[in-house]
Amino acid sequence: MIPLSWYLLLSAALFCLGVIGFLIKRNLITVFMSIELMLNGVNLSFVTFAHQWHLVKGQIFVFFVMVVAAAEAAVGLAIIIAVFRARSTLAVDRIDLMKL
Amino acid sequence: MNGSLHLWLIPLLPFAGFLINGILGRRLPKTIVTAIALLAPLASFGVVLNAVFSPVDKPYVETFGHWINAGTLNVDFSFVFDQLSLVMLLVVTGVGFLIHIYSAGYMAHEDGYARYFSYLNLFMFFMTVLVLAGNALLMFVGWEGVGLASYLLIGFWFQKTSAADAGKKAFVVNRIGDFGFLIGMFLLLANFGSLSFSVIAAELAVKPAWTGGILTAIALCLLVGATGKSAQLPLYVWLPDAMEGPTPVSALIHAATMVTAGVYMIARTHFLFDRSPFALTTVAIVGAATALFAATIALVQTDIKRVLAYSTVSQLGYMFLGCGVAAYSAAIFHLMTHAFFKALLFLAAGSVIHGLGGEQDLRKMGGLRKSMPVTFWTMTVAVFAIAGFPPLAAFFSKDAILSAAFLSGGSGKIFWFVGLFTALLTSFYMFRLWYLAFMGDSRSHDIHAHESPWSMLGPLVLLALLSIGGGWIGMERFAAYLAPAVGARSLESSNILDWTLSGLAVAAALIGLLIADRLYRARPESASQLAKSMSGPYNLLAHKYWVDEIYGVVIVKPLMLVSKFILEWIVDIGILSGLVWTLGGIATLVGAILQRWQSGNMRSYAAWLAAGAAALLLLVLVPWSAVLANVGIHLNMAGH
Repeated sequence: MIPLSWYLLLSAALFCLGVIGFLIKRNLITVFMSIELMLNGVNLSFVTFAHQWHLVKGQIFVFFVMVVAAAEAAVGLAIIIAVFRARSTLAVDRIDLMKL
Repeated sequence: MNGSLHLWLIPLLPFAGFLINGILGRRLPKTIVTAIALLAPLASFGVVLNAVFSPVDKPYVETFGHWINAGTLNVDFSFVFDQLSLVMLLVVTGVGFLIHIYSAGYMAHEDGYARYFSYLNLFMFFMTVLVLAGNALLMFVGWEGVGLASYLLIGFWFQKTSAADAGKKAFVVNRIGDFGFLIGMFLLLANFGSLSFSVIAAELAVKPAWTGGILTAIALCLLVGATGKSAQLPLYVWLPDAMEGPTPVSALIHAATMVTAGVYMIARTHFLFDRSPFALTTVAIVGAATALFAATIALVQTDIKRVLAYSTVSQLGYMFLGCGVAAYSAAIFHLMTHAFFKALLFLAAGSVIHGLGGEQDLRKMGGLRKSMPVTFWTMTVAVFAIAGFPPLAAFFSKDAILSAAFLSGGSGKIFWFVGLFTALLTSFYMFRLWYLAFMGDSRSHDIHAHESPWSMLGPLVLLALLSIGGGWIGMERFAAYLAPAVGARSLESSNILDWTLSGLAVAAALIGLLIADRLYRARPESASQLAKSMSGPYNLLAHKYWVDEIYGVVIVKPLMLVSKFILEWIVDIGILSGLVWTLGGIATLVGAILQRWQSGNMRSYAAWLAAGAAALLLLVLVPWSAVLANVGIHLNMAGH
């Protein structure tokens, strides 16, 4: 049986990759994908623990995350399109209208 | 509330007028504004008359409920209707109503017509509260309120700096007096536990031996209040400046009613003054000194209203003199006749000013008897009345005060002599005004005088009738009538003495008339020659003894310096502003540092988020294991 820690390490690695991608990538779509990566990294650890302790709660939680992620993807992509229409760019650094 | 007299209507009707005209006046047509403004005091006058003719036992008290109930302090909303407040109410609402009518004509072409009448009604409200009040605190409400109304009306033409300043001056000087009144009330409360006049009088009545001491202190404090409101030395300075207001206001507030509030207050609290000979003497000294002092200033003033203003101060001095020799009924008698003839003088002067298009300088008038006959004849009545010629009203009242002073013994004869000499001066300066304004030929050719409308002349005629007949009731009957309210003091006198004193008073008036006649009619140029030959005294009087300047240097300047250097620079700028600026500076500095976080760069926010999450994680994990390798072991164990 593959030890639990491996799954968790994979999960942490995926999450960290997501974080790093989020931080260093400039393109909004890539940033968005990085967020998805983080979410799925977390999902993996949920599933791992659910399997470990034979509890279904973790699995249910994963579904919730997926639903939210899907909704978020719809809204997020819409925002990205709107931003692109308005600013003709997807570079994160240049979307700084909130700054005074 | 058990009242059949409905005393509460007397103040509340003008108050309703104030509210309506004050809130809606600008949108209502002028006729409705006038109707409301005139009906309110007329209705009050009607209620007063109804009260006068209803057979109730005096003093009649109406209590409308508790105002303050705090421990031993109990103050009610209560109105007292006795002989004293009756006389005062008749004067206030009656003369007040006449002046309202006059105002409708005088102010007809002014901006702020509704504002003017709403203030005037507000004044009537507070004045009747002052008069009716059954305790010192309620009286103080009216007292402050008439001060407010006076302030508003003096500064009615507030676009004029001098008018606004005069209003402020009146208010500030009155505050000094009010301070004395307040201290007096606190002392009353501390020593009697009540502010109700009847309670205090009753308590004094059961302790006949209690004189002087704290009672003197209370009486003197109240006297300070009275000198402020009634423009006596040393607080008279605001009244001459108050002439900046419209002339009907000068007539109503600064001649007939409000300024007599001090006299009324002393008469109302006479039971305190009666117990303190020292305080009474002080009142008499203040009154006599003010009467003489103001009369001398009035001799040389050239502004028609200022002559009358100093004359008012002087006549109020007579009333104080009357109070000071415990002849309260004589003082109130003079208050009443003075209300008639001084209101008449002011209104006639207002008619002159109105007819001359705003000219107030006596030197530019002259010959008005032909162009303004009604004004001339009513003014003549008033001038002869104030000079004290029989059988006009002021002859009786002034004579009553002077003989009371003469008979009061002690220093009374000095007071009497000062009063008599002042009567001579009064006669002189009034006839001077009369000759300058109405006799001879016009000294200014570019002014074409016209007689005033009947809305102004009507009140003049009525007041002239009152100035003639107002004194015929006679001092004895008046004193007997007022006796239940203010007490009576029987003085040893004889017919011969009475006649002599009256004769001397009339002689003084005649001498004044003759001097004025010689200086201003027979040889008109001699007055200025006399002024030149006596330039020292003349300048002293023309500059009003430099009192305003002295007050400016002695009181106002030091206060300004203290305010400027200690209060403004050290306390305000140094301590208060310093503290605030320091706190603000710290906040700004911290903000400037923290501002750098808000870069607007989304990835930097995310990085901070990640760093924060990592820090939290570390915080949670550090106590668990010293080495990172242990995490693996720990998790392994959990795996089994």
